[in-house]
Amino acid sequence: MNKIVILGAGTGGTIMANRLYKSLSKKDWEITIIDNDPIHYYQPGFLFIPFGTYKKKDVLKPKADFIPKGVKFVLNKIDRIDPKTNNVFLDGGDVISYDYLIITTGTHIKPDETPGLMDSLWRKKIFDFYTLEGSLALHEFFKTWQGGTLVSSIAEMPFKCPVAPLEFVFLADEYFTKRGIRDKVKIIYTTPLSGAFTKPKCTLVLGDLLKEKNIEVVTDFYIERIDNDTQTIHSFDGREVKFDVLSFVPVNMGADFISKSGLGDDLNYIPTNKFTLQSEQFENIFILGDTSNIPTSKAGAVVHFASEILTENMLSIFKGETPKAQFDGHANCFIETGFGKAALIDFNYDVEPLRGAFPIPILGPMKLLKPTRINHFGKLAFRWIYWNILLKGRDLPVSTNMSMKGKIVD
Amino acid sequence: MAEKIFAGVSVTVTDEGYLTIPSQWTKEIAIEIAKEEGLTLTDKHFAVIEYLRERVLKGEALTIRSIGKSGVVDTKGFYELFPGAPLKKATKIAGVAKPVSCV
Repeated sequence: MNKIVILGAGTGGTIMANRLYKSLSKKDWEITIIDNDPIHYYQPGFLFIPFGTYKKKDVLKPKADFIPKGVKFVLNKIDRIDPKTNNVFLDGGDVISYDYLIITTGTHIKPDETPGLMDSLWRKKIFDFYTLEGSLALHEFFKTWQGGTLVSSIAEMPFKCPVAPLEFVFLADEYFTKRGIRDKVKIIYTTPLSGAFTKPKCTLVLGDLLKEKNIEVVTDFYIERIDNDTQTIHSFDGREVKFDVLSFVPVNMGADFISKSGLGDDLNYIPTNKFTLQSEQFENIFILGDTSNIPTSKAGAVVHFASEILTENMLSIFKGETPKAQFDGHANCFIETGFGKAALIDFNYDVEPLRGAFPIPILGPMKLLKPTRINHFGKLAFRWIYWNILLKGRDLPVSTNMSMKGKIVD
Repeated sequence: MAEKIFAGVSVTVTDEGYLTIPSQWTKEIAIEIAKEEGLTLTDKHFAVIEYLRERVLKGEALTIRSIGKSGVVDTKGFYELFPGAPLKKATKIAGVAKPVSCV
């Protein structure tokens, strides 16, 4: 019996459990998946909670519903792994051995990495929307807020879903407009980057949108600390921004057991071959999704594309062949721009987001790098696709590696 | 890509002025690039520059965070040495590629 152990039953782990279970003989392979949380969160939905579009019930389902019955689901916390003896140590002393290991435990916010973030105003005037508790608390705050300065800030790169804080300010602009108090709300967006986004063409388009919506952008703002008494955020180069309410993307880091096992970099991300998705250190360990250090977005859509490549490569390795499939870093993200519109970006390691039509040239129906209504419906439909197609490891009608079809190269 | 003369030596640089061949770098070149950035280099600057070169030549990616935790300089000190955009300035002076931030 060969043993595959999957650490993390989030988007990546769940997809891999489904794909591998379907592809492998039940009598020769045993698949175990380990996670400490019985709930699967639809994380893209957290963004909509502060504005009342989604409720708590819209973003939760039991993890067990998405894991095949023949896969062993262990509900426990991972303490550490020993890659030399192929063992996973769990809280309470249980040890699970493996022949092949997939680490896909994601990335999580670390609010305690920013001085002042968790002081007296935490979850009172300072919120995150990367947790269910944070986005629900922000919703309660917004409901009765009568205006002032709303600041949306990013602590550190990289972070999960790099477009989310931009979508947040676009949706805030719409929300306060509809409440009739937009003229009383000043919206400021601070980023450690030199522009709205990392890639040039996308930065131009988003920069124009921010200006159009009267959202002030403060660039190269690398946050040193938050002063709760004066309600100001301070950058290392001595600038400060005052807030009445602060929506904050804290430092993101991989799981604690990764540093304890000596596998991660300074942010607990694991050095990974960006093409084969194998660990750089251990041949029988594979890294999928946000946990890896591959240079692409930390996002569910990326994990989905990468999972197809990883499945192919693992099956090759099981047959004694060298892994041939190569991941190109494909990312495909909707960007909500408010008032029922969204933009769509499609890119990879080498090609930045371009204009054009997606997935079919000219016809689309979706348009790249341009806010349209149909893109917005695409984003809303994605929740159904996520639960019913993506998590179950079924193929989407979109190519795994990025296609240049429909893209306009200037 | 262009040729540029620093301290009497011709080197190739990118459009933004970053050396394309790190081995062409010398301390004298660093001093001249720093001058263009309005900086006079001290031993403290050089300690950071040498640390950055060492890491880049090992193939490691640089972030302000990891530099701030290196023990060579803290983040505040890094900003004081290379005001404004410390990572962009320091890598330029150190003769290594401009760090790319990936999404």
